Amino acid sequence: MSATRNAFPPNWPLRIGAALGLAYVVYASMQLGITGRRLAQGWGEAGRFLARMFPPNFERWELLLEGMLESLQIAVLSTALGIVLSLPLGLMAARNLSPLWLSGPTRGLIAVCRSLHYVIVAIIFVKALGFGALAGVAALTVASMGFIAKLFAEAIEEISMKQLEAVRASGASAAGVLLYGVVPQVASRFIGFGIYLLDSNLRNSTLVGIVGAGGIGGTLFAAFKRFDYDFVCAILLSIIALIFLAEVVSGRIRAALR
Amino acid sequence: MTPVLRIEGLEKSYTPGKPVLRGINLEIGARGITAVIGPSGTGKSTLLRCINRLVEPSAGAIWMGDEDLARLRGRALRAARRRIGMVFQEYNLVERLTVIENVLTGRLGYVPLWRAWLRKYPAADIERAFALLDAVGLPDQATRRADALSGGQRQRVGIARALMQSPDLLLADEPTSSLDPKTAVEVMELMARLTGEAGVPVIVNIHNVELARRFAIRIIGMTAGEVVFDGPPEAIENHHLRQIYGGEDWL
Repeated sequence: MSATRNAFPPNWPLRIGAALGLAYVVYASMQLGITGRRLAQGWGEAGRFLARMFPPNFERWELLLEGMLESLQIAVLSTALGIVLSLPLGLMAARNLSPLWLSGPTRGLIAVCRSLHYVIVAIIFVKALGFGALAGVAALTVASMGFIAKLFAEAIEEISMKQLEAVRASGASAAGVLLYGVVPQVASRFIGFGIYLLDSNLRNSTLVGIVGAGGIGGTLFAAFKRFDYDFVCAILLSIIALIFLAEVVSGRIRAALR
Repeated sequence: MTPVLRIEGLEKSYTPGKPVLRGINLEIGARGITAVIGPSGTGKSTLLRCINRLVEPSAGAIWMGDEDLARLRGRALRAARRRIGMVFQEYNLVERLTVIENVLTGRLGYVPLWRAWLRKYPAADIERAFALLDAVGLPDQATRRADALSGGQRQRVGIARALMQSPDLLLADEPTSSLDPKTAVEVMELMARLTGEAGVPVIVNIHNVELARRFAIRIIGMTAGEVVFDGPPEAIENHHLRQIYGGEDWL
């Protein structure tokens, strides 16, 4: 009997899964024509492209600044709108405070907001609302709702119900319970989520311009198409600088909140 | 003396067919402490929570004045709740609020929401909150956050919050079970003194039979969702305790 005891039995499903995964990787690279020769050629092109990017050209700084400011405005506006719209959504989606008939559909709505990538949403809004920053704000607001309403809902689901029970026992109305039982427990986390959302919207707002929804992305795309690679480099450096700056500022705010 | 509370045929089952309370009939007098003792899981907490409707009763009536608490809804329910203070085993303070904000939570049933939101309470309420903090022995803790306090201090705040409601009845759900023996006695003494001064009757669930004997004027023993003893503390004897808790090795 003792001879048949094996401390580490082979995990056949895992082995078969790994083998299948590996086989698919090989198959896919063959299908897409990824070969050594193609890679070497690509690297050569990349070298030439990078060489043309330097030195960066900041001559058209007015155009650059205008685009960056528009991106910033898109990011701030869509973050503010997203948070305002997500607060009730998050509450309605929290399964510990909302009845199932409300939390279910709300979760569905949030899932729809999440399911499409924001660039696709931006394309839809550009078609619906026309070119410009309005489409960008609308697209990023939808994306923000999908992102942060879910986080809000999860934060609310983690609160202590005992504290709510006590507030409810005092005869407080539903709004009173919200104000004195829920908000104090989630406020600091919500602020953290809001800052994180602003961070990620700054990044996203630089991209929506590529599909015509306003901001620096449009300028960037135009520079690519005209082969102005030195201007492209200037734009990329500016975006990186903006994101870095936002990172530093939000880090400071988060540290101050703790 | 007319009773403050009359419970008739109160039943509660969380899952159908498994009743936690099986037809409770009680009258609670308008003064003094009534202690409810009994083993864990016997429905003591459910009984208290049915009274202020944190738990929905399955059947029966709970008369307070000429209102059946078991039938109330919405505004009327909230108006009834604010007349019933509650003290919890784990204090249930909102930890992120300050001590004084927790005490003023007891006024949420009275003041308009915008006042509570902006912290613009009537001056009389704030004065009373400070007076209660003095009375429970925490005069200097008003602006500290509730999670900075020790267990005994938190329960004192919990008592102040309940009394801030100017209740006609106080429910205390094992208020001393999370405290050390000395603090437990102090908290019971405090609760007995303050409710005595305010003339508020108390129903307290308690595990400590000695504390119950010491502070209560009446003891109710519960087993398996039914009242099996009801009498003054000096009447309770070992055979009653045996009946309530089962077994006798622990006595």
